[in-house]
Amino acid sequence: MSIGMVYALLGAALSTILAGIGSAFGVRAAGQAAAGVTAENPEMFAKVLVLQLLPGTQGIYGLLVTFIALSRIGVLGGNAVTDTNTGLLYLIACLPVAVVGLISAIYQGKTAIASINLVAKKPDQFGKAMLFPAMVETYAILALLVSILAVTNIG
Amino acid sequence: MAIVEMQKLSICADKKRRKALLETLQSLGVMQIENDSIDDPQLQKMDTESAISTFGKNADTLDQAISLLTSYAPSTKSGGLFQEKMLVSREQFENTVESQKNYMRFANQILQDQKEMDEARGTIEKDRNRILALQPWMKMDVPLNTPGTQTTEMLVGTVPGETDAAGLYAAASKGMEDPAPVDVTVLDCDAGLTYLAVLCLRRDAEQVGNNLRDIGFARPQQMESGLPSATAEALEQDIRAKEKRIEELKKDISGFAREAEEFRIASDYYRTRAEKYRLLGTIPQSENMFFLEGWVPKSQAGPVKNMLELKFDALVEMEKTEPDDFEPTLLKNNSFSESAEGVLESYGLPQHHRVDPTFVMSLFYVFFFGMMLSDAGYGIVMSIACAVLLLKKKRLEKGLRKMLKLFFWCGLSTTFWGFMYGGFFGDAIDVIAKTFFGYTGGTILKPLWFAPLDNPMQLLVWCLLFGLIHLFTGLGMKGYEMLKDHDPVGFLGDVVSWYLFVGGLVLLLVPSDIFASIAGQKITFPAWAHQLSVMITLIGVAMIILMSGRDHKNWAVRIALGAYDVYGVTGWLSDLLSYSRLLALGLATGVIANVVNMMASMVGGGPVGIIPFILVFLLGHTMNIAINALGAYVHTNRLQYVEFFGKFYDAGGRAFQPFRAINKYIQIKEEKES
Repeated sequence: MSIGMVYALLGAALSTILAGIGSAFGVRAAGQAAAGVTAENPEMFAKVLVLQLLPGTQGIYGLLVTFIALSRIGVLGGNAVTDTNTGLLYLIACLPVAVVGLISAIYQGKTAIASINLVAKKPDQFGKAMLFPAMVETYAILALLVSILAVTNIG
Repeated sequence: MAIVEMQKLSICADKKRRKALLETLQSLGVMQIENDSIDDPQLQKMDTESAISTFGKNADTLDQAISLLTSYAPSTKSGGLFQEKMLVSREQFENTVESQKNYMRFANQILQDQKEMDEARGTIEKDRNRILALQPWMKMDVPLNTPGTQTTEMLVGTVPGETDAAGLYAAASKGMEDPAPVDVTVLDCDAGLTYLAVLCLRRDAEQVGNNLRDIGFARPQQMESGLPSATAEALEQDIRAKEKRIEELKKDISGFAREAEEFRIASDYYRTRAEKYRLLGTIPQSENMFFLEGWVPKSQAGPVKNMLELKFDALVEMEKTEPDDFEPTLLKNNSFSESAEGVLESYGLPQHHRVDPTFVMSLFYVFFFGMMLSDAGYGIVMSIACAVLLLKKKRLEKGLRKMLKLFFWCGLSTTFWGFMYGGFFGDAIDVIAKTFFGYTGGTILKPLWFAPLDNPMQLLVWCLLFGLIHLFTGLGMKGYEMLKDHDPVGFLGDVVSWYLFVGGLVLLLVPSDIFASIAGQKITFPAWAHQLSVMITLIGVAMIILMSGRDHKNWAVRIALGAYDVYGVTGWLSDLLSYSRLLALGLATGVIANVVNMMASMVGGGPVGIIPFILVFLLGHTMNIAINALGAYVHTNRLQYVEFFGKFYDAGGRAFQPFRAINKYIQIKEEKES
C-alpha cells in the first residue's frame, strides 16, 4: 500500500470523524435544552426534537464525503491511489467538510438551543425558530459542496 | 391566490336578544369582532371576569379528568399526534349540556380520587420507611420505650462499630465490681452500627449510662410504643389496606370511562362559553341596546346582515373601510396551493393591499422539496403515508390537514425527481438483483435525466438556473405589486433595472471559460450577442445608478446612493449560490441510501442474507428518510423565506380570527335543515 493511499484514507476518515464530533456536540447540547423544555411541557416534544436534530446533518455530510472518497480511492470501488500527490489531494479535498462541519455543527447546536428557548416561550413561532439554525448550516452545505466537487474531480 | 376581501359590519340590537344573537354568531364563526373603536363614555361594559374564570376552571377540571381517565382506562385514549376530532350529533351535545352538573360532579370525583390516591401513596412510602427503621429492633420482645421494672432500668440504643456482646458488657460495666449486674443483648449489627438493649439495676443506671456514652451510645430518634414486630405488622397491614384502596380508586376512575365522550363534549362546551363571556365583556351597551363591530368576509356580509335583521331585528350597517383600518387577513387558494398556506403563515401573513404569494410559492416549494429529497421510493412512501392519513382521518385539525396535503404533493415531486436521478431507495433494485438473483449486467433503473454523482458540476449549473428563475419570479412579484400600485417609475428603477443588470451578467458569463469548465461544455455566442449582453448590463447598471436613489432631489446624493445599490449585486450572488443546497441535499439522500443498501447486502445473498438485509434495509432507510425529509423541509423553507421572500415580501398582516366555538375535542354534526 502506498503512502498516498494512507493520506487519501486519512482524508476520508477525517471528514466523518470531525464532522461527526461536531454533530455529536451540537445534538447533545440541543438535546439537553430540548429535554428541559419537554419536562415542562411534554406537548412540545415533536417541535423541539426537530430543532435538536438540525445540528445532526453535518455528521451526515461528513459520512457522505467519506463514502464518495472511499468509492474512488479503491476501498469501495475505483482505483487504488498509487502516488503521494493524489493522496494528499484527496486529504485536502476532504478538509472543508471536516473542519467546517466540526465547527458549524457546534455553533448550530448553540443556535438550536436559542431556538428551542424561543419555541418554549412562543410555540407558534416554530417556523421562524427553525430558520435560525438553518442559517448556520448554509456554510456546512457550501463546504460539503466544495468537498464533493473536489473529490469527484481528482484524478 | 388571493386575500379574501373583508367587510366591516356594525351591529346594533336589542339587549334582550343579546344572548341568542351572540350564540348564533359564535356557531357561524364568520365574524371577527373588534369593539375597540366604539368609544362612548355613555356606554357600559359588563364585568364578566368571574364567569370567564368559572367556565375556564370547569374546562380545566374536565381536561384533567380526561387525562387521568386516559391513563387509567387506555380504551378512552384517542389518536395521539394525529388526533381526530370527535363527531358529535347536536342531540348528544344538547343532552350533555343538559346534565353538565352531573359531569362536573363526576370529574370532580375523579380528581378527588386522584388526590386520595396520591395521599395513600405518600402514606405507603412513609410506612415502608418506618418498617425499614424498625428492622434492627425486631428481636426485642418488649416495646422500645419500656422503662424497666421497679429495680431495673433498660437502655436501648446503638453504638458505632460492630462489637460483640462480651466486648459491650466489658465496656458497660467498666469500674463496677465483678460480676456486674448488667445484661447486654446485641439485637443486630448493620452498616457500622450495633443495636443493643442493656438491662441494669436502677442504682447502677447512671454509671452504666455514662460508660455507654463513652463508647458512643445513642438512643434511637423515635421510640415506638408497642412491640417492634407488632408495629411492623400493623404497618404492613396499613400498606396492604392502602394498596387495596388505590386499586379501588383506580377502578372507580376507570368506571367513568364510558363518560369520557361526555367529558370531552362538556369541556368544549365550557371553553366555548368562556370565549362567549370574554367577548361579552368587551361589548358596549346602553340601557336597552348593545353594539358590535367587526370584520366579515365580503361574500358572507350580505347573508349575515339579512339573517341578523330577520332573526333578531338588529340594525346592521355595512361600513366603508377607512384608510387606517387594519383588516384581518384570510387567504383563499385552490386546493393545491392551499396546502402551503401553513408555510406562509409561519413566516407571516400578507397585509391587505399586498399580493398573496401562496400560489407561486407552493409551486416552487413542491419542486425544490422534491429535488432535495429526490428518491422515488421515499417519495412514494411519503405520499402514501400522507394519503392514508388524510383518507382515514377526515376530521383532523385544519392546519395539520394542510400540512399532510403539502407533504403528499412534495412526495409526488420527490418521486418524480427520484426517477429523474435514478434513485429508488438509492440503488436498491440493482443491489437486490445482484445480491439475490446473481444479476451481473448494467444498471437496471437508469436515471431519466442523469445521476447527480456522475456529473455534479452540471447539476450545480442547473440548480443555480432554477435558483435564478426563483429569484426572478420573486422580483417579478415585486414588479407586479408596483404596477398594481401605479408606480411605473419604481417598476423601471427597482425591477426592470435589476432584470437587465443580472440578466446581462448571466449572459456575459455563459460564453466564458469559467462557465465552460463548470458546465463541461463551451457555449459560444456570436459577436453581436456578446455586444448585446454588454449593452443590457450597462443599461441595467445605469438605470440603477440613476433611479434607485430617486427619492432624493440632490443629484450627487442620488448617484452616490445608486452606485451603492449596484453593490447589491453581491447579494444576488450569495442568494444564487444558496441554491447549491439543492444539489448537496439531493446528493446526500442518494449517497446515504446507497450506503444503507451496501451495508444491508454485506452478509451476501441466499436465504441466510435475507433477514439481515431486510432489517438493515428497513432501519437504514427509515432513518435516512426521516433525517433527509427534515433537511429538505427546513431548507425548502429557507429558500422561500430568505431568498424568495427577501425579494418582495414583508408579511405584517394579522390573521382573521373569527368569534367561534372553541372545540378542542369535538366537531358537531350539523343536520341538514329540512
